[in-house]
Order: sequence, then structure tokens, then C-alpha cells
Amino acid sequence: MILITCPHCGPRDQDEFSYAGDATKTRPADPASATAAEWHSYVYLRDNPAGPHLEFWHHIHGCRRFVKVLRDVTTHEVLACGGPDDPLETPR
Amino acid sequence: MILGRIKDVNACRLPTGGEIDRRRALSFTFDGRSYTGYQGDTLASALLANGVTLVGRSFKYHRPRGIFSAGPEEPNALVELRRGGRLEPNTRATMAELFHGLEATSQNRWPSLAFDAMELNDLAGRFLVAGFYYKTFMGFPGWHFYEKRIRAAAGMGRGTNEPDPDSYERMSAHCDVLVVGGGPSGLAAALTAGRSGARVILVEETNGLGGRLRSERETLDSAPAMRWVESVRAELESLPEVRILSRTTAFGYYDDNLIGAVERVADHIVAPAPHVPRQRLWHVRAARVVLATGAIERHIAFTNNDRPGVMLAGAARSYVNRFAVRPGRRAVVVANNDDGYRTALDLKAAGVDVIQVVDPRPPGTSDWRARCDAAGVETVDHAAVTKVHGRLAVIGCEVTRLDGSARSHFEPCDLVAVSGGWSPAVHLHTHALGGIEWNDGLAAFVPGMARQAHVSVGAARGIYGLSDCLTDGFKAGTDAAASAGFATGALPDTPTADAPAERPVRAFWSVGTGKRRFVDLQDDVTVDDIALAHREGFVSVEHLKRYTTLGMGTDQGKTSNIIGHALMAEARGEPIPQVGTTRFRPPYTPVAMGTFAGGDRRRHHTPVRRSAMHDWHADHGAVFVEAGHWLRPQYYLAPDEPDGKASMDAAITREVQSVRNAVGLVDVSTLGKIDIQGPDAGELLNRLYANGFKTLAIGKARYGLMLREDGIVHDDGTTTRLAENHYLMTTTTAHAGDVLAQIEWYLQVVWPDLKAHACSVTEQWSAMALAGPKARAVLADAVDDGTDVSDATLPFMGVTAARIADVPVRIFRISFSGELSYEVNAPADWGPRVWGALMASGQPYGIRPYGTEAMGILRIEKGHVTHAELDGRVTLDDAGMGRMASTKKCFVGSGMLNKPAYVNPARPKLVGLVPADGRTRIPAGSILVEDPDAALPMDKLGHVSSSAYLSPTVGHPIALGFVSGGLARKGETVWAVFPLRGLKIQVRVTEPVFVDPEGERLRG
Repeated sequence: MILITCPHCGPRDQDEFSYAGDATKTRPADPASATAAEWHSYVYLRDNPAGPHLEFWHHIHGCRRFVKVLRDVTTHEVLACGGPDDPLETPR
Repeated sequence: MILGRIKDVNACRLPTGGEIDRRRALSFTFDGRSYTGYQGDTLASALLANGVTLVGRSFKYHRPRGIFSAGPEEPNALVELRRGGRLEPNTRATMAELFHGLEATSQNRWPSLAFDAMELNDLAGRFLVAGFYYKTFMGFPGWHFYEKRIRAAAGMGRGTNEPDPDSYERMSAHCDVLVVGGGPSGLAAALTAGRSGARVILVEETNGLGGRLRSERETLDSAPAMRWVESVRAELESLPEVRILSRTTAFGYYDDNLIGAVERVADHIVAPAPHVPRQRLWHVRAARVVLATGAIERHIAFTNNDRPGVMLAGAARSYVNRFAVRPGRRAVVVANNDDGYRTALDLKAAGVDVIQVVDPRPPGTSDWRARCDAAGVETVDHAAVTKVHGRLAVIGCEVTRLDGSARSHFEPCDLVAVSGGWSPAVHLHTHALGGIEWNDGLAAFVPGMARQAHVSVGAARGIYGLSDCLTDGFKAGTDAAASAGFATGALPDTPTADAPAERPVRAFWSVGTGKRRFVDLQDDVTVDDIALAHREGFVSVEHLKRYTTLGMGTDQGKTSNIIGHALMAEARGEPIPQVGTTRFRPPYTPVAMGTFAGGDRRRHHTPVRRSAMHDWHADHGAVFVEAGHWLRPQYYLAPDEPDGKASMDAAITREVQSVRNAVGLVDVSTLGKIDIQGPDAGELLNRLYANGFKTLAIGKARYGLMLREDGIVHDDGTTTRLAENHYLMTTTTAHAGDVLAQIEWYLQVVWPDLKAHACSVTEQWSAMALAGPKARAVLADAVDDGTDVSDATLPFMGVTAARIADVPVRIFRISFSGELSYEVNAPADWGPRVWGALMASGQPYGIRPYGTEAMGILRIEKGHVTHAELDGRVTLDDAGMGRMASTKKCFVGSGMLNKPAYVNPARPKLVGLVPADGRTRIPAGSILVEDPDAALPMDKLGHVSSSAYLSPTVGHPIALGFVSGGLARKGETVWAVFPLRGLKIQVRVTEPVFVDPEGERLRG
């Protein structure tokens, strides 16, 4: 079980969170003008990198804030945590 | 040894010494026969003390097996403990503490341990090599036919089908330094870490501290080493931040320094005391972990090295030194390292006749060897035990010179103590993804780079000298505390240990040529099986493991893996590190399922949610049904009405008729309620819902449909504008949680600029729907102060505040049943009072409470969809609500609406279904097809989503479903088939609204 550092609550057990998807995908800023291809990409297309991955976790049994997490999916190592707008960089 | 001797009570017990308490005799049974042991014994030591050496049968060949080790690595002595609901199979006799009344039974033998009919497998053994089953039984009639029979013949102990009478619990803990292992290295680490003031947890698998020191005749500063252990224990216990967990196995090392451990709270007594758990599962999150897990001795593969009486050398020392048990009378010791000499000296000191120490190494000198010479123990260099004689027990062995200079000679003996060297217990280190490295000098894998915040110390990293272990431990404890932020003092002086110079181990894995040279004793994997795997191309260790089952037993090959991998390396002609080793996985030793379940059993598995009116329902004949976590009234029986199918049908019919013809009241507290406030709350709703919400006036409710981003319908419900910036959203019972999570997602991540907040208020409000043609009359009588609830003041989709029975309530004129209907919300605790007032007001009008069954029929009659229709595969168009989608705005899911698959005219769409014969029930889940007798596989047209077995209003069964083409098929007949029940029902496609399609009733 990984440890996620919630920016509001501090380090917390994975049990308190629910996974909330890929954080590299951004919803089309102007939905009216977004093309079908843009919607298709946003809704369906996900990379599956072997290594660091940006993802959202919902602190659903805590403060209910969404936390952005940079996690190496090959080792489960949590490399960085932040709010939804924080640009998280690989510390390596 | 002959079987008759086992009558002697403690015939093999030494008169003095050991940790056992000779004043506390304990009686126990093995295979129904009574024996006596002492406090401090394990089941294994007590059996050996009584001369019982045959304790089990092997997995595949049913060969007689004895006690091989004295610790958690035991591959052979697996027994069933206790009986009834507490029966526990495959328990290691070496780890089971003896208690008065312990019942143990041998397993995998029939009819008896000494005579096992399946031992024929051993004679047929040359056919039963690795892969034999797969090669032989793949033909007619197939593996699955044979598998059951093969598994019955092989296999382990029996489980029990009775419920476990004991309880289990879970504990979470945090600490600065977790030390795994209470041997000398672990104690040293815990001591220096503890002295710094750090929070230290020391986990020790056995019932006491000391580790190997309990089993050796070591000294520290010229005193018995166990005195040092006692002084450390006393100091650790005096430190307030140090906690010692004995009888606790750290079985797994998980992400971010989380260690799973099982504490055997009451395994060493007959039954737990009241309110005490049998076992406790620990989740320990540690800043630093010190792994002092010791090392595990391995054996040497020679012919019949599995016979009862062949034992690991270190185990032989444990039995004489710790348990005061003589594991044999005449011993031959074979070892490729100096532990052979140490063992010989200890056995001799305990009165065992040590015939020879057989050493495969070429002649050489060491202090240990010199001591043996001085004690008059005969030693043979460059030789090995090549074969053991005897079947149920060892009667002798053959000793052979490795240089072929002499013929092998027979030595009569009843104990062969064997040491093939030691392997550091790197299991937890590798769980934590730490690397391992081959050390040629030790002929073992040692821990390499650590990936998490842990360090291995002492024997766990290949340091075997006592002084070195202590120094290593002191330093590791200090370092761990320092890196956890604690100030540490100077390292303590290491007490002086007896440190005789040793000769290095010589890698020596197998010898001779026999068929019965066992590598893995638990899985009956032999040297020949490894060679066969190599010949057949299974040369990677991962393939070797799966082909031969090497290391796949409950012991995970603790004594055997490295032997098998080394033999494969020899066969491949490559060095061992190149061949590698398989990864250890948790758990280190088996953990009972009950321990993981903890308190989450039976009614405690999930919480039960009850509405505030629950007791009223129970008092008025409600039969409850589980809806998620909720208990809801399914229907209400009259007093003295017996529960049963006929009564249920009658109850549902009268409840439906009461709503259609008079008035009914239903508890809808389970619906999700979300309070949304803020200047942008309206904008938020407008983006979330597919239909428009911008124009919703204050005091008005609107039905809304929410999509997912992929265009599929997510949920529906009504949302009411209570004030300028204040809305109350309702969701279905099932989606209350994830709709809130979705709103939070959009507010926090997608549209953080929107000024709005959302909060669940489901549990703050009791909710009830008053429905039926007389609902308004009942409501008018119920509200205080003559509040006006007329159609003009409170029209369809109107909302008002009022008081009922002096309770402030919100009244929403919305309808699920299709009748004139009011949903009344009251502060949760006041719900029963309001419910009672409405029931009382309704009495003159024939009011009746109704349950989920009647509610379901009412909504099916009306063609209203629920989660049965909105099942995560349905678009707005599919559900016949495509016109509700706004074309003037973008909303969640609007980008996907024109996806080709969604506009395919062949998509199944919502329709009504009635039986062609006017009476056959149409079960939900039925598949709709054109011709039920067409050849398989046949195309499906759709499915039945909801079914009303009886519709009191329409007079015959009705159903909702999805059929390809939808209402274009209106009037056509198709078939509803349910192959599992052999049902074929001809059905006619109709409009999905069976009652009041114009909606005159609910607007009336």
C-alpha cells in the first residue's frame, strides 16, 4: 500500500484514496469548438508508460480533495504529490 | 529405531538443560495417542522427546517423513492441529508451541501413518517424474477428469467446513524503527535505536528473544549468551517507546515501508480467552526497517535424504540445546562447513554417540576442527554421505570418499545431521524489491541494494560470527534512529564472544546418482527432476519452478530453492548468479485467511444503513430487502399474514392499487441528496446536466439527466432551486456517492473557477413520497396552519416550505409513480413524526404504506427508467430521452453524442413488452431474439431490463426492455428467451408507457 502525501492532510495511506485516472489528459478547454478527434482522445486514449506516471487520486475518505501524484508504476514509488494545478516534475 | 520404543515417556529427553520447564508437564495427542511434553516444547520437540520420528507422508510419493528442521522453514512435519471449527491443516510442528490438550493429526496418509497405501506411488516413482501428469493425462477424457483424482491422492491436510469460532483483529501502528527478528543482531539494533528515544517495534516470530542463541552454547563476556539476551530484554522493556511483539511474524514488506505482520495471540493455548482474538494482523508503517531475519540452513541431496532421522544440523543443535531432546542415539554428521564440527560437539555433549563428521571439503584446519579432534570425534575429509538406509527411520548410512580412493562403507546410525551451508533469509528484503547478489565465499545470495528505507543486518546479510552480528546490529540501530531524526550516542562496546576461526563453506549441492535424492522435500522434487527439466528445455529458474514445482509448497522452498537453482546452473554450465533465482513473494510463512478478514465477517462485512423510519416499518409488517447497504421495506404484510409467495403478490397488488386508486406513502430516504450552493451553482448544474438548468426558477424542481464524458447516461434525479444560489440535487440510491465525487472532480480539477460548493446531505433528511389521487387531500389535512397546497400554489414541479406536526418540512411536487405525488423531506430524526402524521391524516382516505416492489411496478407501468435501464451502456436516445438533450449548450458528454456507434439505427432502444398470450411472466435478464429455435450462435435483438410480473393496473405482466430498432418494431412480436431456465416467451413490442401516457394524473 502506497503512501500519498495529500497537500491538505499530509502523508496518508492509500486506503483513504480512490484512484481517479490519468492526470495528463486535459478536458478540451472550449467544448463547443473541440473536434470529435479531441473528444475521442480525451475520453478514450491513455498512454501506459512503464515508469513515472501522472495520475489523480481522490482523498475520498479524507478531505475529499483531488491530489495529483507522480508515481512510478513499475515500482509503485510515489515521486511527487501536489494539487491539481501543480506541475509535478520527475525529481530524477 | 523401532516403533515399539515410542511407548517410552520422554525416552529421548535429556535429564538437564534446555529452556523447557520440567515441572510443567503437558499432555497432548498425536494421531489419537497420548504423550507428554513440557512447557517450552514445540510439538516437534515433544514428539522427538517421545521417540516419535515418523510424523507425515510426502506430497507426491507418500514417502515416510520426519522432523527436518526446528523452525519456520520446515518442509516435512506438517500436521493438522485441533479439530472441529478450529481444525488447522498444514501446520508446521516445529512452530506449534505445545499446550496441555493439544490434538495433532498426521495428514496425507491412509489408512495409517506407518502403513500408507499410497506409498505405492513411491515404487512407481520412476514414472511420476516432473511433468508426468501433464504429459500423461492430457488425452481423453481430458486433464479435468484426472485432476480431481490426482489431487485426492496427492494433496495436503483437510480444511474444515465449520465456522471458525474465534475472532481476529487488525492493528495499525507507526514507528521510527521497525526491527524484524529478535536474535542477537536484531536485539542489538533495537537496543541502540531504543536508547535514542525513537519509537521502536521489535517483531520476533517465536515466543522468546534470542534467536539462534537459544539453540547454541554461545557465551558473551564469558557468561552464557542468553544472560545478555535477558539484560537487553529488560532494558528494552524499560524504554517507554519500545514495543516488543513476540509470536509475531513479519510476513510481507510492502510499498512505502509498510510491513504486514501476524501476531499469534492465542495459538499457544487451547482457545482464546473471552474477548481476546486468536490472531492479530498488524500493519506497521515504519520510517526505517532493520531486517535481522537470520539465515536458513540448507541440506545436501543424497539418496534417501528425506528419511525420518535425517535432520538439518542446526536443528539437531536446537533440539539438544534448547529443548533438551536427543534426536538420535548414534549420529553421523555431514556438513560442507564448520557447523558440522559444532554440531558434533553439541551432540556429543548431550550424550549422543557421534560416529563421524563427514566433510566434503578437502583436508584443512580450523579451530572447530581442532576442538573436534581434541574431543575425540572422528572426522572424514573429502567424503560425503551418499545414501541413507531404512524406510520409516534411519538405520544407517553409506559414507563415500569423493576422490574414489576407497569403497563406501556402511555406518549404522539413527540420525544423520546435515548442513549444506546457510542462506540469508532475504525474503523481506526482496519483497521490498531489494536486489540480491551471489557471494561465492558464502555460497549464498546476500542482500544487495535496498529500494526502500531498510537495511539487513547480521546473518540476514551473511555475517555469521556472534561478535560481528552484535557490532552490525548496534550500528544499524544507531543509523536507523539517526536517519529517523534522533540523536544517538556512541556505539556500545561489543561483548566478547567465543570466536573460533572457521574454514569457508564449500558449495556442495548433491552427491551420488540415486533416483531418490530430494531437493525439495515438500514437493518431492529430486535431483533427477531438475536434470529432466533441463533436458526438456525448462532451463530458466521460472520455468524450472513451474515445471517441477520446486519451491511451490507452503514452505516456498526455504531449504531447497538454492539447491535446485545451483543444480540447474551446473546443468547449464553457467555460474549461479547468471541463472538467478525466483522472486520471493509474501507471505513469508502461511497466514490464515481469517487473519486478513479480521472483524469483517458476517454482519460486520459491510455496514447496514437504515432509514429513520425503519422501526415504524418493522412494526407494521415490513419485509425488508437489501438495496446496496440500505435495508428498505420490500412490501408490508398484514398482521397474521404469513410470509410467502401468495402473500407477497397480494401485498404488492393492494399497495399498487392503493396508490392508483387512493393514496400511498413510501420511504425514499435512501435517495442521494446533494446540497449545492454558490453564485455559480446554476452554471455548474447547467454544465453537468444534459438538459437545460439555466432557466430553473426559485421554488421549482426539474428532472435532470447526467451523462458521463463518453456520452453514456450516468444518473438521473430532480434538482430544486431553493434560493438564488442554493440548489438541492437528488440522485438515485446507487449513485449517491459517485455523483458527488464527479461534482467534486469538475469543481476542483476541470472548472476550478466556478464558485460553488457541493456537500452530501443524504443522511440529514428523511424523505417520503405521498402518492395517489387523494394525496393532496391528505397533505392539506396534514400541514399545520392550513398552508395552501392547492394546484395553483403548489403546481407540478413546485416546491414549498411548510410544517407538519410542528416539524419544518420541504414539500416537492414530483412524481415517480405517475400519480399526483408529493415528496416530503423532514430533518432526519423528525422523519418518523412526520411519517406518523401523514399516515394519520391519510387514514380516512385509505392510505397504505408501500414498498420497493410496488414502487417498481408503479414506475414500470409509467415507463420511468432506473438503474436497471440506465446500466452504463445506454445513451439518452436509447432510453427514449434524446429530445431532452439541450442543443443550446455544451454539457458533460455532449462532445460524444454523435459518435457513429451511438447514432447507429440498429442500437437497442427502450420499448415496452407484453406477453403475446397475455399472461406469461417475462423475467428481467431475458434475451430478445427473432427466432428462439434458430441455430446457435444466434443474433440477439436486445434484452429485458425490468419486469412487473403482475401489473394490477394493466391486468397482465408487463416489462421494459431494449430492442434493436426500438419503437419502429411497435406491434411486432419477438421472443424473450432465458436459456438457463429453458424459457421461450413470445412478446409483443409496445410503447414503454402503460399508464396515463399524457401525464394527466400527475398534473391533476
